[in-house]
Amino acid sequence: MLFTSYGFILFLVALFVVYYIIPRKYQWALLLGASYLFYALSGLQFLAYIVATTVCVYYAGRRIGDLVQTESAYLRENKQELAKPQINEYKSKMKARKRIPMLLALFVALGILAFVKYIDFAIANINLIARAFGSEGGISFWTIAVPLGISFYTFKSAAYLIDVYRGKFPPERNLFKFALFVSFFPEVIQGPISRFDQLGKTLYGYHPFDGRNVKFGLQRIAWGFFKKLVIADQLMVAVRTIIDDPDHYNGSFVLVGMLLYAFQLLADFSGGIDITIGIAQVLGVTVQENFRRPYFAKSITDYWRRWHISMGAWFRDYVFFPMSVSKPMLALSKFSRRRFGNAIGKRAPVYLATLTTWFATGIWHGSSWNFIAWGLANGVIILISQELEPFYDWFHGKFNVKHTFGFRSFQVVRTLLLMSSIRLFDCYMDVPLTFKMFGSMFTTFNYQVLFDGSLLHLGISFSHYVLILSSLTVVGIVSLLQRSGSVREKIEAQPIGIRYSLYGMLILSILVFGAYGVGYDAKQFIYNQF
Amino acid sequence: MVRKKLIIGAVAIVLLLGSLYVLQRLLMPKYVSGIVEGSLIGEYYKEDRKDFDVVFLGDCEVYENFSPVKLWEKYGITSYIRGSAQQLIWQSYYLLEETLKYEKPKVVVFNVLAMQYNEPQKEEYNRMTLDGMELSAIKLKSIQASMMKSEHLVDYLAPLLRFHSRWDQLSEDDFTNLFGKEKLFHNGYYMRVDVKPAGRVPRAPRLPDYRFGSNAYSYLDRLTELCKENGIKLVLVKAPTIYPHWYDEWDTQMEQYAAAHDLTYINFLKHMDDAGIDLQTDTYDAGLHLNVYGAEKLATYFGAFLADTYRLQDHRTDETWSGIWQKKIDFYDRMKQDQLDELAKYGYLKRYKVET
Repeated sequence: MLFTSYGFILFLVALFVVYYIIPRKYQWALLLGASYLFYALSGLQFLAYIVATTVCVYYAGRRIGDLVQTESAYLRENKQELAKPQINEYKSKMKARKRIPMLLALFVALGILAFVKYIDFAIANINLIARAFGSEGGISFWTIAVPLGISFYTFKSAAYLIDVYRGKFPPERNLFKFALFVSFFPEVIQGPISRFDQLGKTLYGYHPFDGRNVKFGLQRIAWGFFKKLVIADQLMVAVRTIIDDPDHYNGSFVLVGMLLYAFQLLADFSGGIDITIGIAQVLGVTVQENFRRPYFAKSITDYWRRWHISMGAWFRDYVFFPMSVSKPMLALSKFSRRRFGNAIGKRAPVYLATLTTWFATGIWHGSSWNFIAWGLANGVIILISQELEPFYDWFHGKFNVKHTFGFRSFQVVRTLLLMSSIRLFDCYMDVPLTFKMFGSMFTTFNYQVLFDGSLLHLGISFSHYVLILSSLTVVGIVSLLQRSGSVREKIEAQPIGIRYSLYGMLILSILVFGAYGVGYDAKQFIYNQF
Repeated sequence: MVRKKLIIGAVAIVLLLGSLYVLQRLLMPKYVSGIVEGSLIGEYYKEDRKDFDVVFLGDCEVYENFSPVKLWEKYGITSYIRGSAQQLIWQSYYLLEETLKYEKPKVVVFNVLAMQYNEPQKEEYNRMTLDGMELSAIKLKSIQASMMKSEHLVDYLAPLLRFHSRWDQLSEDDFTNLFGKEKLFHNGYYMRVDVKPAGRVPRAPRLPDYRFGSNAYSYLDRLTELCKENGIKLVLVKAPTIYPHWYDEWDTQMEQYAAAHDLTYINFLKHMDDAGIDLQTDTYDAGLHLNVYGAEKLATYFGAFLADTYRLQDHRTDETWSGIWQKKIDFYDRMKQDQLDELAKYGYLKRYKVET
């Protein structure tokens, strides 16, 4: 069920009404029922996967929780008798015992994800290698349908389990409440990848009807619809036209497609997250922000602190940091220092951890070399930026431009162009084609297409360009206003006439200018596929 | 304070709904030039007097082939055509159900070409028939029966959701016809004075199965039943146009159906000579539809049958009817002359934006 379908809107209205009618103690149970209904509507067979992950992670969490309790009780009871080495030995033993259920559950959850999402990718590569060695035929593809949001709920579950293992919080004792955390429907399509200690705070509580919360939630939903339907889905037509015909649309068209895709993706993904957060807010649940004006970022590192924040944080907390301080990494560092000197020895673990993290980030996005290349490109650019730090310091010491508007604008545009360029991997069919099309921007001199009306033949008319540009300007203004606090709060402080006019304009804009209904393809949110 | 808030809220809602209504009116296709067929169904509701003797049901084979004005002029028969482009049989059935809310005609004439369709065909044609209907339970049933898989009921209830994307295609017509449209038809008859002689028509393809579908038959049964229940004579006809092809197998099925249900079935393709229809002069699109000359000949021929067989009263002596019909005749003659003038001047019907 698409967020932008009539069916989903009806589903939401019915849910909102029932949610505030029933006794509050049943609200979380209603959400669980709604989440499973929502999930079942994407395919009954997919329920098996999410149930398997939920049950497995839940029991592993409980087992770990029991061991933590045993450990605490033992240490409490024997505090006087045990010496420090004995305590450490006991803790170490218990840690090993806790690790077993964690690893088993992670193996199952990540195994399911790997199996359904990457099996065909693995087979394709095995076949490719076999063919290179002269083997004919090959292994047949399994073509398994990927369950809705599997990457998101698997990562949520994995984070929960690791945090329980680390003792960050005790495990959830109620299986059904945990099932709600895993399957919470607004998040299941495209995240954010919420943490249990954050989402759980409001997910299971009693939520009396709060008019202001509901109003703000509905406004956020409408804002998401505006971004998705008025900007992203209108832009999609032109983007598809360009990337579907690389032979014809090369050179400057690639530049246009690259920039249009950058704004399409922003509007699509952040619009979807707005809808998610808005729905949760209407229900009285707090979902973390996933975007913080990413196209105002001044560097790639800054960008990744603003874009898909929950995913970046996940890979940082559960891949990069643990890997950086892992025993093999420390050994590698030691070895490198001894063998190649301090400079390389210091860098080797950071490089390896960074590239591994970005490799994982890439393949999490999709089972293709394009995504792996995209991930690694991010990693390489971040490492290059780090290496260039001394140069930047020298430059800023020499020229006092760091805080000028011009230089900051340059940084913003540079970051946007860099990120948009590597996102071309997301657009074209394979890695060589992506490089070819990227190269064509500098080797095919067809700059005249930017001015001779060719852009009006990409499936969207001049009026649509005006509409999209105006809408993006509105989004830009809202982003700027957000720097000094909530825009909804600011609107709320306006006289009633202005407020209602703004609400009315937003609703009418979506209804009139939105790309929906007969004549438009039902468009999945781009991040659904991850 | 609470009262003030309530009033403000109510005003805001009224303003929002008002804006949505105006936008919906603006964005819905007006069908006043080019493709005008979308205006056919809606014109019926504007009739002051609706107690017609004869109601025609069907697709273009009725609204382009029978001239109600000629039926009046020759026989004093009052008639109305409730037809629209590719009007499917269930749409005709529900239109008759709706018509019975306003009147009880003596005769209903149903053109059987629609029997070839057993399921919904095209959203564009659905819209032309269904958007013209006034909102009622009958309209909802017709929508349910007609929707393609990709369509939604809500798009019919709130057409803004369907036509919102016309915002960048609005023309002067959309503004000038915002709250009302000029009259375009003559009791549901679509006039064309131009001539394009019939030539060779494409060979009729062989069909895997010539039997009409069960859904089409079930609605024909319901149509027959509805007419019987209301004491209305149902006449099945096949208009005298040579394309789309009317297969002998189809004709046989209609003959058998009519015989089994004690109905009259007239295949006008077999009466073209008697009616004096010449497809060299009486069609405007090479035999697909009749022009006004053909439609008048067919009305003259069929009118005699209707008047004799069903003893339809000649209303020409009725002052009220005469007054009403005189206005219709004036409008009919004016349009005919207007079209002839345009044809002479431009070689095609410019105002109707129909290029030959």
